Amino acid sequence: MKTLFVLASAALAMTAVTAQAKTFVYCSEASPEGFDPAPYTAGGTFDASAHPIFNRLTEFKKGTTEVEPGLAESWEVSEDGTEYTFKLRQGVKWHSNESFTPTRDFNADDVIFSYDRQGNAENPWHQYIPGITYEYYTSMAMPDLIKSVEKIDDYTVKFTLNQPEAPFLANIAMPFASIVSKEYADALDAAGTREDLNNLPIGTGPFKFVAYQKDAVIRYTKNTEYWGTPAIIDDLIFAITPDAAVRLQKLKAGECHLMPYPAPADIEAIRTDPNLKLDEQAGLNVGYLAYNTTQAPFDNPVVRKALNMAIDKNAIVEAVFQGAALPAKNPIPPTMWSYNEAIEDDAYDPEAAKAMLEEAGVTDLSMKIWAMPVQRPYMPNARRTAELMQEDLAQVGVDVEIVSYEWGEYLAKSMEAGRDGAVMLGWTGDNGDPDNFLSVLLSCDSAGEGGANRAFWCNEEFSALLKDAKVTADPAERTALYEQAQVIFKEQAPWFTIAHSTQYVPMSNKVSGFKMSPLGDFTFETVDIAE
Amino acid sequence: MSPARFCKGQGRMLRLILSKLLYLVPTFLGITIIAFSFVRILPGDPVLLMAGERGVTPERHAELSAQLGYDKSVVLQYFDFLWRLLQGDLGHSLVTKKPVMDEFLALFPATVELGLCAILLATLIGVPVGVLAAIKRGSWFDQVSMTTALVGFSMPIFWWGLLLIIFFSGILGWTPVSGRISLMYYFPDVTGFMLIDSLLSGQSGAFTSAVRHLILPSVVLATIPLAVIARQTRSAMLEVMGEDYVRTARAKGMPTRRVIGVHALRNAMIPVITTIGLQIGVLMAGAILTETIFSWPGIGKWMIDSIARRDYPVVQSGLLLIAALVMIVNLLVDLTYGLINPRIRNK
Repeated sequence: MKTLFVLASAALAMTAVTAQAKTFVYCSEASPEGFDPAPYTAGGTFDASAHPIFNRLTEFKKGTTEVEPGLAESWEVSEDGTEYTFKLRQGVKWHSNESFTPTRDFNADDVIFSYDRQGNAENPWHQYIPGITYEYYTSMAMPDLIKSVEKIDDYTVKFTLNQPEAPFLANIAMPFASIVSKEYADALDAAGTREDLNNLPIGTGPFKFVAYQKDAVIRYTKNTEYWGTPAIIDDLIFAITPDAAVRLQKLKAGECHLMPYPAPADIEAIRTDPNLKLDEQAGLNVGYLAYNTTQAPFDNPVVRKALNMAIDKNAIVEAVFQGAALPAKNPIPPTMWSYNEAIEDDAYDPEAAKAMLEEAGVTDLSMKIWAMPVQRPYMPNARRTAELMQEDLAQVGVDVEIVSYEWGEYLAKSMEAGRDGAVMLGWTGDNGDPDNFLSVLLSCDSAGEGGANRAFWCNEEFSALLKDAKVTADPAERTALYEQAQVIFKEQAPWFTIAHSTQYVPMSNKVSGFKMSPLGDFTFETVDIAE
Repeated sequence: MSPARFCKGQGRMLRLILSKLLYLVPTFLGITIIAFSFVRILPGDPVLLMAGERGVTPERHAELSAQLGYDKSVVLQYFDFLWRLLQGDLGHSLVTKKPVMDEFLALFPATVELGLCAILLATLIGVPVGVLAAIKRGSWFDQVSMTTALVGFSMPIFWWGLLLIIFFSGILGWTPVSGRISLMYYFPDVTGFMLIDSLLSGQSGAFTSAVRHLILPSVVLATIPLAVIARQTRSAMLEVMGEDYVRTARAKGMPTRRVIGVHALRNAMIPVITTIGLQIGVLMAGAILTETIFSWPGIGKWMIDSIARRDYPVVQSGLLLIAALVMIVNLLVDLTYGLINPRIRNK
């Protein structure tokens, strides 16, 4: 009788066992450069710092490139589009750690500090680590754009811009614009340990930083006082695993729940594995071949069109991307708003291409194609792509020489005026705004030194549309302008648009709630693990 | 031994040590020049690499280059680097902006732990196998072991490592896939050596986990040194066993075990120890690949990443630190050699 009683109470006790802490393991692909988001540019670094630990004034709605309120609850934009007044969210708590306990909530001082330290060389924190640079702040043209950031009151901040800029709200949702704690900075100053802003981060985000073992493991724990929807999991671990084949083995062995950037050759195996599932989405990127539109005969749009029609795009997608990409017809990817679905791509028609070239008076054409020496997210193997293009163009009587340079040199030389040849390159979007693709890569302004318009293409009508779209805040108006711009792009064909590579995220079947981000961000406050 | 003779012996040893140390200075200087120029010979500008597809205006490029000190002449940059080196400043990583020394110290113990286990494995298996193969020369054991050694020596480490992971971790599930210890365990870094720290932490199962995680990486890293040591031991043993004094010892009726243990092995060890010392240098190269596959957070992987990113300060100073390590190890080997072989220290 007594034995039965003991057994029964033991059984009861076991059923009453409290739920185990849920620990989610993410096999990340790279070590973070640091935990202060401002000085760095790598996506892997942001996945480890900006996304779990921090928030920004505006945020991208999970799984989209739409902007929604973040630490700023609401905002007003002046008539002329140069003044943005943000009302800040109240009651937002900062994290604490062993050496720091906040005495106040998030307020305007933190916002001013976060921007001033990046833009103002006089700010005592500007060079808190010697040699630091704020690459994203600079390349998003913030220094030229932001005239001033003023505190109106504890929960109101006003940004005054030098000119109207519609993508501004998207720009400040980017990781470099993460809001850091002024109080924490002051405390570190007093303790003489300023570098801890980069080593022991304090933010307002859904996860609190616990520890980092260099190149090995990062540990986070759930922020139970998060102002937004708290995370479902209790602990988050990044297991840094740089090799894609090893990542997959870990996923299969159950040592991690989710991984980024699988090797294309493994995709089929993942699809057929009963314990895994695969999320996929066209990446916010484009791979292209840019003609030098200032060099004859490539200054003739008919010639460019003809060359485009001579290349078998689908063969490239199959052979080089192994099917893991969408053939591109526009310079922006389909996941981006204002993508013009109605546009028809140039057909693959070598006969017509040959005829068009003859008509344009082009015979015995020799040209160079530049191929990258490195793998990029938008192009797994540039050399192979170039070889396929070489074959195709030979069929229409064009002789192609493939050239390549070391990556840094390639980037520099490809922008030199008078460059001989068509250059292969690509782009991954920063902020989900079409301007971030079109202006940067195809406007008249960026066709010069220091720009990124590798076609050196300057079309007045196209650039005017971009300028108008940048200035108006009305999304419908901007969409119409960008759609029209894409039509001009197609007619003029400064590029051969190759493909938008597909982003794949393999994960365990037990995982639910993961939202793929078009921007390639990995965030975990919405994930859950089934037991 | 008389006290005078003892002191004289010690004096000779001391002189040996000092002369070796003196050699280190020009060697080290030569390495600084190599480390410095090596990265700069590679085409590619760190500023441009950091900018990527976005590009950077000429003004910004000039600004960043000046900030990093790359606008000065190469010779000036070298003396700048040397001067700071002598003051103990190894520079800051261009990528993480952290001091190179800090990064090195954080990662160094992991490589040492892996390297030690690998060389131990290679020696503890390689030497006996070599000895046995020499004794049983021509037997199946000799042929099989030496062929295996040849295969091991020719093995591409990356492929071998992946193969072992897929087989032992993936299919059989006997070993973990990568990392130094199961993620379940979290304890402070006392020494940086996982085997020691896991014991100190007192957490049950931690030490076992650390050992399990060491198995595959050590095997992979030990493969080439093991093969080389086995073959080297065998040929050294064979050479020594053919010597007159060994034949004399045998003729005097000494049991074979004593012949081998006392005479043959001790003399055969001289080239073998040299080989082991040299293999430690090879280990550093192997560590790069092994660490990448097994996500082993050590300096090998750190170096390869830094070279790809043209992180000049890390490559320069990292190369120096690694070279210093190898030099010290070889110095110790030379001294051990001097201890074992009286002819060397009495020169």
